[in-house]
Amino acid sequence: MKTRLSLLLGSVSAALVAFALTSPHVVAADKIDPVTDAKAFQNFFFQKFPNVKHEDFVNGPYSMNEDMKRQWQEKEEFPPYEFALDAGKEMFSTPFKNGKTYADCFPNGGIGIRQNYPYFDTKEGKVVTLELALNRCREANGEAPYSYVKDEMASLTAYMAFTSRGKPMDIKIPDDPRALAAFENGKRYFYTRRGQMNFSCAGCHVQSPGERIRAETLAPALGIVNAMPIYRSEWSGMGTTSRRFVTCNSQTRAVPLEPQADEYRDVEYFLSYVANGLPISGPGARP
Amino acid sequence: MASSIRVRANANGDITEVQALIQHPMDTGLVKNPNGELIPAHYIQELKFECNGKDVFVANWGTAVSKDPYVKFSFKGAKKGDELKISWTDNKGGSDTTTAKIA
Amino acid sequence: MTTTTGPHPTRRLILQGAVSVALIGLGNLPFAASPARAAANDKYPEEAFKQKSEADAIKALYGRNAEPSDKVKLDAPEIAENGGVVPVSVTTTLDKVSSISFFVAENPYALAASYKFAEGTIPAVANRLKMAKSTKLVAIVEADGKLYSATKDVKVTVGGCGG
Repeated sequence: MKTRLSLLLGSVSAALVAFALTSPHVVAADKIDPVTDAKAFQNFFFQKFPNVKHEDFVNGPYSMNEDMKRQWQEKEEFPPYEFALDAGKEMFSTPFKNGKTYADCFPNGGIGIRQNYPYFDTKEGKVVTLELALNRCREANGEAPYSYVKDEMASLTAYMAFTSRGKPMDIKIPDDPRALAAFENGKRYFYTRRGQMNFSCAGCHVQSPGERIRAETLAPALGIVNAMPIYRSEWSGMGTTSRRFVTCNSQTRAVPLEPQADEYRDVEYFLSYVANGLPISGPGARP
Repeated sequence: MASSIRVRANANGDITEVQALIQHPMDTGLVKNPNGELIPAHYIQELKFECNGKDVFVANWGTAVSKDPYVKFSFKGAKKGDELKISWTDNKGGSDTTTAKIA
Repeated sequence: MTTTTGPHPTRRLILQGAVSVALIGLGNLPFAASPARAAANDKYPEEAFKQKSEADAIKALYGRNAEPSDKVKLDAPEIAENGGVVPVSVTTTLDKVSSISFFVAENPYALAASYKFAEGTIPAVANRLKMAKSTKLVAIVEADGKLYSATKDVKVTVGGCGG
């Protein structure tokens, strides 16, 4: 673990330098300090892109390029996720065979709560994402779980995100060493290089947002999860957070993990926590 | 079964702005599926907007119109509460119709 | 290939100007049925949609050529974010418009869409088109029996015809 971390630091990114300067604890790795990390993370983006309004980072590549932003605004006049949203609303209100609904599984009937996910479950000692909570709800009510990367899950989370639109991301890290460890593990996964191309998540989404990688304009990591799920024109369809993580790994020729593997849950926890305060914008539309 | 057609029609004075989004694959007939077989062309050919017994706007489409097609136009002579009838037909004989009240 | 463009603040203003001019200009003008409404009959123009080149498609649809006109405003992105979904719109200050058609020069079949306008319908339309690669977009407006065109080059980095 120590070696891995020093390797990681050896191949430093600009962001890590920024971290290092503002947060000596991170470098020393002797204390996990999410509050300082989140502040450094946000300040890094705010300073790198001084002309981008803070709440605009949640709009991914569209916050980085005016011509693309205009195409997006035209798309948003009648957004392509409209059908998924309608489907999700209907699914959400349709009772299971036992007569219960998704609303019975969530605080406030599941409405306007997306900004609180993922959360750390102190009983289980693990991070619980919205997608995971939805499938657990299904299974608890005798229904088969949905695929984490397919349309049904995207429709459900699209509807739930829509009911939370504009609410600031509000992720809590309880005073529990396991929660801190999950945050740290997610952060480590995010900054670690892997795969044939030796990319880290951060290499693209911290060092290079707004730049093109092949034909695509990279989204900033800050607020990237606030827009989930997304309709991607490239996919001609919807994608969940799970699908996004899996695709990121395979695109950089790394071996994707199983959806909702502990690392993915932790990296979502990390990315969501450092986006605290930025509005939920999901469902999003992307190129 | 939900309609394949989503419409927003809003009157502002004498002018009604209409936006429609239709759920349709708009397959070109030029793309292969993962098994290497061509997906046959499947696309909307005609989309009509009718108001007060008159076709106000007719779209003729080929395969180069995007999946889940979108169109926006405006017309005169309708008022809030009037009904707009929207219908499409595709190259395989499929069709759908809906009506929307102008808001 | 990897160039990016700066913002285009003026284009939207021009477009908005064009729309309001169009709306004012058409305020009280009744639409007269034009003598030669080639594209305005009721039949789906099957043959025109089968033509590969833009010239053949225009010929099949209208039977003649269009002249370029600055009264036709064709709006499309400089660089399409995805060739599968390119937002394209046309507005015009021309009177007695009976049809507006879109052609994508180097698509497998050039004619993308053709719209018929009734009397009282504002001569402007926005839609989303597929573009196989970087190429020229052509819009033709049929007004009072004559054809007018506008063209615009659009760069496509992710083609709109792949699976």
